[in-house]
Amino acid sequence: MKKTGSQILLECLQQEGVDTVFGYPGGTVINIYHDMVDYPIHHILTRHEQAAVHAADGYARTTGKVGVAIATSGPGATNTVTGIATAYMDSVPMVIITGQVPTPLIGNDAFQEVDIIGITRSITKHNYLVQDIKDLARIVKQAFYIARTGRPGPVLIDLPKDIQVASAKFVYPEKVELRGYKPTYSGNVRQMEKAARMILAARKPVLYVGGGATGADASADLLAFAEMTQAPVTTTLMGMAAFPQRHPQALGMLGMHGTYYANMAVTNADLLIAVGARFDDRVTGKIASFAPHAKIIHIDIDPTSIKKNVRVDLPIVGDLKDVLNKLSAALSEEREELATMVDGSAGWRAEIAAWKSSHPMAYQASDSVIKPQYVIEQLRELTADDAIITTEVGQHQMWTAQFFAFSQPRTFCSSGGLGTMGYGLPAAVGAQAAFPERQVIDISGDGSFQMNSQELATLVQYKLPVKIAILNNNYLGMVRQWQEMFFDRRYSQTPMELPIDFVKLAEAYGATGFCATRPEEVSEVIRKALATPGPVLMEFKVDREENVMPMVPAGAAINEMVLAS
Amino acid sequence: MKHTISVLVENEFGVLTRVAGLFSGRGFNIESLSVAPPLDPSVSRMTIVTRGDDRILEQINKQLNKLIDTIKVTDFTGQDYVEREMALVKVTAEEEARAEVLRIVDIFRAKVVDVTPRSYTLEVTGAPTKLDAVIDLLRPMGIKELVRSGPVVMGRGQ
Repeated sequence: MKKTGSQILLECLQQEGVDTVFGYPGGTVINIYHDMVDYPIHHILTRHEQAAVHAADGYARTTGKVGVAIATSGPGATNTVTGIATAYMDSVPMVIITGQVPTPLIGNDAFQEVDIIGITRSITKHNYLVQDIKDLARIVKQAFYIARTGRPGPVLIDLPKDIQVASAKFVYPEKVELRGYKPTYSGNVRQMEKAARMILAARKPVLYVGGGATGADASADLLAFAEMTQAPVTTTLMGMAAFPQRHPQALGMLGMHGTYYANMAVTNADLLIAVGARFDDRVTGKIASFAPHAKIIHIDIDPTSIKKNVRVDLPIVGDLKDVLNKLSAALSEEREELATMVDGSAGWRAEIAAWKSSHPMAYQASDSVIKPQYVIEQLRELTADDAIITTEVGQHQMWTAQFFAFSQPRTFCSSGGLGTMGYGLPAAVGAQAAFPERQVIDISGDGSFQMNSQELATLVQYKLPVKIAILNNNYLGMVRQWQEMFFDRRYSQTPMELPIDFVKLAEAYGATGFCATRPEEVSEVIRKALATPGPVLMEFKVDREENVMPMVPAGAAINEMVLAS
Repeated sequence: MKHTISVLVENEFGVLTRVAGLFSGRGFNIESLSVAPPLDPSVSRMTIVTRGDDRILEQINKQLNKLIDTIKVTDFTGQDYVEREMALVKVTAEEEARAEVLRIVDIFRAKVVDVTPRSYTLEVTGAPTKLDAVIDLLRPMGIKELVRSGPVVMGRGQ
């Protein structure tokens, strides 16, 4: 029996096991929405297409499955761009479906026409314009395959309206055949032997873990490898939840707002093992002074990440799970040498312990004003281990990375690469849709929150009990901090001069709002919020000019930290 | 250093923009680019001449390979290969200069493909360096128009 293009699309989604999609209807996707009613697919209507893509992103990051978003042509499609770029930079598996004007009108500047394929070419792993209904099922199959395999990423399918209406026989291809796309999963045996030699010869090893460890679901393998080598583990923002931050080997985050001891460890290491990380400029600081004494082993699924920014002594392309397991196996065969290496690096561990005790992550506590770091610590104390945290971008994001000791993988969603303000609330929509029973907290600032605050409506409509914690300093805090430190305190356009009543805003949407203005109210507000059913907004009026410290000034080496303001 | 890279890609909608966009988006330069399908019409062969140090060339190679539509990337630098380019040159040729142009045509085994009382249009084929030499010799006579195809390359038979 023949099916229409929109039915074929929905059949394909079912074949891929998609149960939840995020989107926003419009003229060129109206057929898809019309037919969707007949399929067991839960659709969440966000209040903006950008939010739909971030929600699909939050869903994907927390589940590991491919997130799906739908938007109409023209402005619907362009609104997805920031969401797609966010996912691309952080390697999140997603399929974005945009409507397009009918094929005979393409190129005619038709109503709500944009060349979204051209616009998203550099921010998608791949994209497709469907030109023939006979290609549709194959394209959807390929899109999901490309999105989730290798280094994951977003794939966009642009689907013209006449193809949604046309009909064809539906056959879902069993296999994907892409002669130009064959990711390398298995690490090169000889390279791994060399890596094992280098590890056994090291006396000051450091593991530097990025988001790839989450992408590969390699947390357990990483933990085993780390414990075997006793090497300290520093994580990027993207890797925070991939390694338990209260583990004695954890050094926390490295780089611009990294811990003193993580940055010192990397600077003094004799071997740096990069695991699914890409040597971003926020991590390395001045490249010439990054890990100057270390040999570098770089393990990554994406060959282009290797030797892009830094010299690498030993590249290993492959799936982290596979490579880490094989490395662990190789090391455990060299029992004596491994013991010698672990004993031989005792001095290194002592050196790191000394840095930890001389310069712990700390802040000036206060009885009179709420310190933002204190709010993060209280949130950690009062939420469950498997609580999912999303953030926006700015000071609150860095404080979360520094003070929220993540303990389980896929519990932290934050826009690391692109740094997208307004990401956290819609990402929380996606995370809560995926895990209705778990605590989902969006840690936000007053600036970022206002970039997608309309999603309060989505939370209330779908009864998604997301808790929002706004660290309100009435500033665009991170920019203000830069102005304070590097631009003569000229606070140009960073004070948020109109104070918003966030509690009333929450109530206007039918959510609950609480506000804390004094330190002793913080834990009470968090407890009440967690105990209140449905979405709750918590506003914390925090110390206005608190800075994120330590800080490596832009362009400086990572051991040249400013420790306190 | 100059590199001649041959890229075999799927003959798909928009594949040229993907490759060109990759170069411009990452700040790599393209000196010349020629594209056409070989025997198999489902693929397309691109020959790209680019410049860069080893690190940049490694990235170009990897980034090209990363494109889903890319089937094979070959950097011919340092390999044994045949390289050919074609130029069409419309050169001023009046009175005694006409004989000089024809001598150059003869020496370089070029062809005259169009004649007017005041000009010759020449077809010159060969390695890009040969084309440079012909163009240098013709320049004093007045080149009215010049079109170069950009080189195509092929590894030599084993």
